[in-house]
Amino acid sequence: MNTTIMLFLVQDGITNGAIYALLGLALVLVFAVTRVILIPQGEFVTYGALTYASLASGQMPGTAKLALALGIGAFAFDLFVARKALHGRLILRSFLTNVVLPAIVLALTIYFAAQKPPVAICIALSLVIVAMIGLYLYRVAFQPLAHTSVLVLLIASVGVHLALQGLGLLFFGAEGQRGPAVLSGSFTAGALRFTGQSLTVYGITIAFIVGLWLFFGLTLYGKALRATAVNRLGARLAGIRTTLSGQIAFLLASVIGALSGIMIVPITTLYYDSGFLIGLKGFVAAIIGGLVSYPLTAVAALFVGLVEAFSSFYASNYKEVIVFMLLIPVLLLRSLAAPAVEEEKD
Amino acid sequence: MQSRLPILVFAALMAAIPFIPGMPPFWIVLLDNIGLTALVAMGLVLLTGVGGLTSFGQAAFVGFGAYTTAVLTTTYGLSPWLTLPLSLVVSGLLAVLLGLVTVRLSGHYLPLGTLAWGLGLFYLFSKLEFLGRNDGISAIPPLSIGTFKMLSPGSIYYAIWVAVIVSALLTMNLLDSRTGRAIRALRRGHVAAEAFGVHTPRAKMLVFIHAAVLAGLSGWLYAHLQRAVNPTPFGAQAGIEYLFIAVVGGAGYVWGGVLGAAIVVVLKEVLQSYLPLILPGSGQVETIVFGIMLVALLQLAPGGVWPWLMSFLPEPTGGKKPDTALKLEQRPRAPGQDSVLLHVEKARKQFGGVIAVNNVSFDVQAREIVALIGPNGAGKSTTFNLITGVLSATSGSISVLGKKVDNAPPQEIVKLGISRTFQHVKLVPDMTVLENVAIGAHLRGHSGPISSMLRLDRADEAKLLAEAARQIERVGLAEQMHQLAGSLSLGQQRIVEIARALCVDPMLLLLDEPAAGLRHMEKQRLATLLRSLRDGGMSVLLVEHDMGFVMNLADRIVVLDFGTKIAEGTPATIKTNPEVIKAYLGVAA
Repeated sequence: MNTTIMLFLVQDGITNGAIYALLGLALVLVFAVTRVILIPQGEFVTYGALTYASLASGQMPGTAKLALALGIGAFAFDLFVARKALHGRLILRSFLTNVVLPAIVLALTIYFAAQKPPVAICIALSLVIVAMIGLYLYRVAFQPLAHTSVLVLLIASVGVHLALQGLGLLFFGAEGQRGPAVLSGSFTAGALRFTGQSLTVYGITIAFIVGLWLFFGLTLYGKALRATAVNRLGARLAGIRTTLSGQIAFLLASVIGALSGIMIVPITTLYYDSGFLIGLKGFVAAIIGGLVSYPLTAVAALFVGLVEAFSSFYASNYKEVIVFMLLIPVLLLRSLAAPAVEEEKD
Repeated sequence: MQSRLPILVFAALMAAIPFIPGMPPFWIVLLDNIGLTALVAMGLVLLTGVGGLTSFGQAAFVGFGAYTTAVLTTTYGLSPWLTLPLSLVVSGLLAVLLGLVTVRLSGHYLPLGTLAWGLGLFYLFSKLEFLGRNDGISAIPPLSIGTFKMLSPGSIYYAIWVAVIVSALLTMNLLDSRTGRAIRALRRGHVAAEAFGVHTPRAKMLVFIHAAVLAGLSGWLYAHLQRAVNPTPFGAQAGIEYLFIAVVGGAGYVWGGVLGAAIVVVLKEVLQSYLPLILPGSGQVETIVFGIMLVALLQLAPGGVWPWLMSFLPEPTGGKKPDTALKLEQRPRAPGQDSVLLHVEKARKQFGGVIAVNNVSFDVQAREIVALIGPNGAGKSTTFNLITGVLSATSGSISVLGKKVDNAPPQEIVKLGISRTFQHVKLVPDMTVLENVAIGAHLRGHSGPISSMLRLDRADEAKLLAEAARQIERVGLAEQMHQLAGSLSLGQQRIVEIARALCVDPMLLLLDEPAAGLRHMEKQRLATLLRSLRDGGMSVLLVEHDMGFVMNLADRIVVLDFGTKIAEGTPATIKTNPEVIKAYLGVAA
C-alpha cells in the first residue's frame, strides 16, 4: 500500500466515521432520555435520504403521507388519553401540531414535487417530514410504553423498525437512489481531492457536536433532558415533563438521522433497507462510548469508520464481521474496567 | 409446586391433534414450527426473563445443533440418535466458551455482545467449506425407529412435542429448586444472592448453557425435519426474532415461551397467506403489519400475553406449609462467653479521597449484642460491607474466631457463619416469602441443577423449605409465608430479611437498621427475638438509629462519626459520653 491509498482510505474512513458519529450521538441521546435503543434510527437515515432524492428528481415521496397518517394517530392517542377531561386549548394545540402541520407540509410537498424544486427546498422539506415522523412515532409507539423495561422497549423498537422498513419499500421501491450534491465543486490538496460534499459532512458533524454540547450545557431544555436521563422520577418531581423530554429526544434523533441521510445520499447509492446497517455501525460507536458519553462516541465513530475503510480494502468479504467483532474486546474491556453494580433495575 | 394436571391435559391434547379427522397437513407443519421455536424461546425465558441476561445470539446455538448432526450424519454416516447427545454437547460446550467471554459483560453490553457474535457466527457458517458455505448441507437422513422413518411432518410431530413438553417440565423443575431460586435472584443484582453463598457467575453460566442446549435440541430436530440446513435461519435476524417471541409470550414464564412461539408463527403465517388477498400488489405489507401488531401487542400487554391471560384465572390458593419436623444439620456453637467472635483491627476504607472508614477497631464477643451507631454518613454500612466482603478494605484486618478473613468474597464469609440484612431491602419481589427466605439456606442444601431437573432433590429441598418455614415462624410472619415478598410492607420485608439471614444458621447476625419502618409493638417483638437469639448462643451486630431501641437492647455500643470510632462502652456510659453528645447534637448543646 502506498501513501496515496492510505490517505484515501483515511479520508474515506473519516467521512463515514463522521456520519456514524452523528448517528451514535443520536442513539446515545435517545437511549439516555427514553431508555429506547433506537433501532429505527437507520430508517430515519434512509427516509431522509430517499425523500430528498425523490423530491430532487421530481417524485412525490410517500413519507409525507406517512407523516400525516402518524400525526392523525398521535392526535387520536392524545384524545384517548384526555377523554375524561377534554380541554379545549390542549386539544386544539394537539390538533395543530399533529394534524394541521403535517397536512400543510403534505400540501407543500405535493406542490413542490411537481416542479423539481431547488436543493435547499428539498433539504428543508425532507428534514421537516422526517422530523415529524420521529415526533409522532414517539407519541404513538413509545410513549405508551415509557414505564416498561428496556427489553420491552427494545422489542417495540424492533417492531417499529420492521414496519418502517416495509413502508420504505412501499414508498421508494427496491431500486437504490442517489441525490444531487448539497455543495458541488472540489479542490485538491497534495494527492487528496476534497469534494464540497465531504466538506459539508465534516462541517455539519462538527456543528452538530458543538450545537448539542451547547444545548445540553447551556439551555434549560437541554438540562431538563439530562435530568430526565439521570432520574426520570426525580425529574418529574422537579416539574420536568418527561414526555416532553422524550419528544425532544426523538425529534433531535430523527433530524440527525435525516440529515446524515441527506449528506451521504450524494456519495453512495442508498436502498430502502440500507439504513439498518448504517444505523448499526453508529450503534457500535455508541456502545464503545458506553451509551453515555458524547465525545467518546464521536471518537469511537471515527475509529469505526477507519476500521471499516481499511478492512474493506484488505478483506472486503469480512468487512462487516470485522466491524461487529470489534465490539467484543471493547465490551469486555469496558465491563472489566467498570464492573457496574446493578441493583434493583428492571 | 403447581399441580401437574394442566400439563397432562395439554400433552394429551397435543397428542390427539393429528388424529382429528380432516386436520389439514399444513397445520401440522405449523405446529412443528411452533414446537421448534418454542424450545428456543423457552431457553430465552430462563436466560432473559428469569435470569435477566438478554441474548440476541440464540439462533447461532440452533445452528450449532443443526450443523453438528448434519455433518456427522452425512459425512460420517452416524445415526441421528447418536448425534442427538453430540449436538447437545457441542451447543453446550460452545456456550461455555462464548459464555466465558460474554456472561461477564454487564448491563446493556451483554445483549450487544451477543448480537456481535451472533452476526459473526452467521458469517462463519456461510464461509466454512466443511459446512457447505452458503449452500449448506442437504440429504440429511430422517429420524427413524426400527424401520419406521419420520419422513412426513406428521411423524416427526411427536418427536418435536415430546421434546417441548419434557423440556418444559425439566425447566420448571429447575426453577422450583435450590438452584432455581439462585437463578431467579440473579435479575435483582448480585449483592444479596452472593451474601448467602450463591456463586452468581456460575449461576449465570448455568442458565446460559441451559438455553444453549435447548436451542441445540431445536436445531437437531430442525435438521431432521427439513433434512437440509443452510445459514439463513441462524442469522442475527432470527436471533432477534426468538427474543421477541419470548417477550411477546411473557419472558418470565416457561409456557409464555410456548405461547409466544404459537402467536408469532401463526401470525406470520396468516399475514403471509391472507394479507396479499386484502392488499394485493405491493411487496412487504406483511412485515409492516407484523411490526405494527408487535408494538400494539406490547402496548396492550407489556408483560407478555401469558401473564395477561393468567390474570383472568382465580388466584392460586397459597401453597402448602412445609413439614417443619425435618431438620437441617446445625453449626457447632462457640463454647461460652468471653471468646472473641469477630475482631476488627484498624479497618480502613477509602473511596478516592474520601475516607469512609478510618482505622476502626472493635470486637464482638460470643453471645453478645453490639450496636454500631453514629450520625448519617458515619461509615456504619461501609463497615458492614467490609465485614461481609462486599467491599474490600484498603488496609487493616478482620478476623473471625481468630482466623483472618481479609478480603474474602461474600460467599466465603457466609460460610464462616456470618449473615446479614441490608439497609435497602434486597428481596426478590416476585418470589414468595418462603422462597426468599430459603435462599438463606442455599449453602445448607446440596442438590445441583441436574438432580433438580429430574426431581431427585426433593428430600434435600423439603429440608431447606422446612428450615425456611421454621425461621419465618420464628420471626412471626407465618401468615405471610406464601405471599409475594413485594406485596409486604417495608417493615415486614425487613423482618423477612432477618428470617433469611437466620436460615444461614449464623453465629453472628449483622442487621442494618432492622427497626426502621416498624411500629412500636413490632419493635418490641424484634427486641425480644434478638435477645432470645443471643441467649441461644448467637451474637448480633446491628446498625440502628432508634436510640430507645438500641439503649434497651445492646450489651455494648460502638459509636462512629465521620468514619472514626469516637466511643465504645455500655449504653449507660455512651449516653453520658460528651464526644457522642457532641457528634449527635453539636457543640452548643
